[in-house]
Amino acid sequence: MDDVLKDFLVESNENLDRMDRHLVELEKYPSKETLDNIFRAVHTIKGTCGFLGYSKLESVAHVAESLMSRLRDGALRVNQPITDALLATVDVVREMLASIEAIGGEGERDDSALIETLHALQSGDTTSPRSPSPAAPAATPSRSAMPLERMSIKELETLLEVRAKGVGEPAATPKLGELLVQMGETTAEQVNQALAEQAKGDPRRIGEILVQQGAVRPDALLAMIQSQGEAKGVVSDSTVRVDVAILDKLMNLVGELVLSRNQIMQFAASQEDSTFLATSQHLNLVTAELQEGVMKTRMQPIANVWNKFPRVVRDLAAACKKQVRLEMEGAETELDRTIIEAIKDPLTHVIRNSVDHGIEMPEARTGAGKPAEGVVLMRAYHEGSQVNIEIIDDGGGVNPEKVRDKALQKGLITAAQSARMSEREMVNLIFLPGFSTAEKVTHVSGRGVGMDVVKTNIEKIGGSVDVNSKFGQGTTLKVKIPLTLAIIPALMVTSSGKRYAIPQGSLLELVRLGDKAGKAVEMVHDAPVYRLRGNLLPLVYLNRELKLGESTDSAGKVNLVVLQADGRQFGLVVDAINDSKDIVVKPLGKHFKGLSAFSGATILGDGTVALILDVVGLAQKANVVSEARGRTQVSAGNVSLDGAGQRQTLLICRYGLDEWVAIDLSSVARLEQFPLTAIEKSGGHAVVQYRGQIMPLIHLSNVLGGAHGEETKSTLNVVVYRDRGKSVGLVVAQIADIVEERVEVKSEHHGGYFSGAAVVHGKVTDILDVRGVIESVDPSYLAQEQAA
Amino acid sequence: MADVKQFCTFYLDKLLFGVEVGKVQEVIRYQEMTPVPLAPPVVSGLINLRGQIVTALDLRRRLEFKERDSDTLPMNVVVRTGEEAVSLLVDEIGEVLDVEDDIFEAPPETLQGLARELIRGVYKIKERLLLVLDTEAVVTIDGGNAQ
Repeated sequence: MDDVLKDFLVESNENLDRMDRHLVELEKYPSKETLDNIFRAVHTIKGTCGFLGYSKLESVAHVAESLMSRLRDGALRVNQPITDALLATVDVVREMLASIEAIGGEGERDDSALIETLHALQSGDTTSPRSPSPAAPAATPSRSAMPLERMSIKELETLLEVRAKGVGEPAATPKLGELLVQMGETTAEQVNQALAEQAKGDPRRIGEILVQQGAVRPDALLAMIQSQGEAKGVVSDSTVRVDVAILDKLMNLVGELVLSRNQIMQFAASQEDSTFLATSQHLNLVTAELQEGVMKTRMQPIANVWNKFPRVVRDLAAACKKQVRLEMEGAETELDRTIIEAIKDPLTHVIRNSVDHGIEMPEARTGAGKPAEGVVLMRAYHEGSQVNIEIIDDGGGVNPEKVRDKALQKGLITAAQSARMSEREMVNLIFLPGFSTAEKVTHVSGRGVGMDVVKTNIEKIGGSVDVNSKFGQGTTLKVKIPLTLAIIPALMVTSSGKRYAIPQGSLLELVRLGDKAGKAVEMVHDAPVYRLRGNLLPLVYLNRELKLGESTDSAGKVNLVVLQADGRQFGLVVDAINDSKDIVVKPLGKHFKGLSAFSGATILGDGTVALILDVVGLAQKANVVSEARGRTQVSAGNVSLDGAGQRQTLLICRYGLDEWVAIDLSSVARLEQFPLTAIEKSGGHAVVQYRGQIMPLIHLSNVLGGAHGEETKSTLNVVVYRDRGKSVGLVVAQIADIVEERVEVKSEHHGGYFSGAAVVHGKVTDILDVRGVIESVDPSYLAQEQAA
Repeated sequence: MADVKQFCTFYLDKLLFGVEVGKVQEVIRYQEMTPVPLAPPVVSGLINLRGQIVTALDLRRRLEFKERDSDTLPMNVVVRTGEEAVSLLVDEIGEVLDVEDDIFEAPPETLQGLARELIRGVYKIKERLLLVLDTEAVVTIDGGNAQ
């Protein structure tokens, strides 16, 4: 594609984006300046595409320009149908530009309906009874989700009452002529005369004609042209347009310079010559500054993503019949280009969610004492080496109970986990895959994309996302992303003789297991785990995942790199942990497309190539994270592992002196401790006041037979079981452990105390049938419904 | 006067192959390679070419010849297709030959399968045959092979 065309496309698309913003603004605050801006944009597009010979594009732009002209002259007032039509024009032009880029022409299309509408609007036909209100509801729902162009033409057809009768304005008045008349430097007749000359085919510019006719003084003309140029200059003068490909190349070269610099520094460490040392030090400094400078060129203000949003919000709010105002703070915050690409979609989805599901209907809002117009605030700022993006709305917020119930219902969490969650954890459940609380999934934003995709996309670029909400007041979504992707800090590790780089962003901690390595690695069936501060950490052996053959373990030592992927932690077992350094990320070629274990390669200081591990990909390969299982944000010590047969998480307790029993953790609501003094008697049973209820206590040693060891202590260990609002406390001597084991289920028989058995720590341990035990003590207790 | 083309030639298993000179970025001796675990066997590894990371394909494996002797080190013929540079591992480097179109012939019908896709034709030069490779086809591996 030749340069002129490329420039035309780039410039025109920018103009269209600007038009979008200005049109939305125009609806709210009509001002001459905005009108001028829009007019200018349309005029430029019309002029250039006429020059390049795109007649379809020109005819659409021409009619739009005429409409704009009347608006600018004050002959027409801005209203919704006009704005709709102009926005539709923007979309149509965008489509045609895309077509020109793809196939070189506007393609087969018929925009006569749009053109007619724009004509009709010029004569003020929108005042006819048929237009806005009745037509709008039918038309607007279709605006947002479907390809706007098709929908809006139909919609405009319904608005249209009178077929095109107005011819529209003659060729648009050149701004220069206008300016000259305004400033009194010439008269309108003279300008019109000059225009007539032009219309006859005179190739001279209007300024030239006027001067040559003696209608205008040359210096006045010059002054006008200058001020016209200044008015046009919206972009600051000290910028330069550079092809993105050149910037990428520069970035690459700087990356390689960094690598060479690293090699020289490594070599310099062993050198004595002072001149060499001084020079290499200087090279070091200069390279660092150059790196910083070039990285800056790839930075773009986040406004580039944000400037599409006013229109998105406007269209969406209209479709949902809500009133929403979008505010943006920190639009000048800069991000690396690649990151901007990556966050476009997730942010759009969040904004749509806020408008569609967050902000309530105006009546609901006023009823709740809020202003009818909802506010969505987007804020961006730098913090350390990260960029923070916040999306805050003052809508209805997220209902934590509803979210938790939905998650329970879908089996994404267990009852035991849900009982232990804080409100904040419950709200964050919306990031679980397969989750959507919208009552009706609207075609506007509920395409099943889900917050989990947003989270995945953000994490893919090394960022994190978190949501905070006050039910009834609003929601805040916080996104944190690292500043750049090209050069990252990494940890070098060795496995089977080869070195690999692990991005530090995913790194949580390092664990070195020395002599106790053999015992520290435990097996749950056939999956190795390690107990890290009480939680079970699944282990992934790098050499096994990469099929590198058995590791050259040095004296049985185990080196663990604790990594985080998709909210789950796992330990990567490597032969050795080397140093950490900044590495330049180079993409792998197309031959490695399918390899999920690696995210790129880098050249080390000694010139060798090392592969960069993709932590998320590795985790998926090793089945540490899997789509079907969903992710929990709660640390319950639950490790979901593959395995046939019933695996249950069991709470191991001691009763009596040395009797052991296992309780299914899902039956356990809470673990409590009560001082002996809290125990009271009621109806012959020991009870304790617990959470506003009177909770009966059952000593397991009484029921199952065993020596009483509990009375000697001053506190009681109690396992609380809850069913339909009623709680029962099982008193045990000691709560020992939580394990996950295969369970042999005994045949059900009422009245028995045990429901099965499992092998725990090498010993056969019975599993308590909690209901059975309770019923044996008081058959009717659980049968009654507790009045909440 | 027939058209003359230039080919960069090399040997694989004693057979003489050629690649259009315009497509060849450079020819260098054996380079240390970093193997890529789980990659298709055709990919020998990655080499550091003056700061550029280049994928190395074993041409013997690509053409389904038998493996090279472990004591002979392959040479690198770095070809450039589109955006990417790929290095082809060959046994020995030959000379740059000028050949005329009139001695070109399409491969015989009896040549089937993978070889037919990768070999565009034959130049009947003095004393031997120069097999011309379709460079694009050679460096394109079906993505399905990778895990």
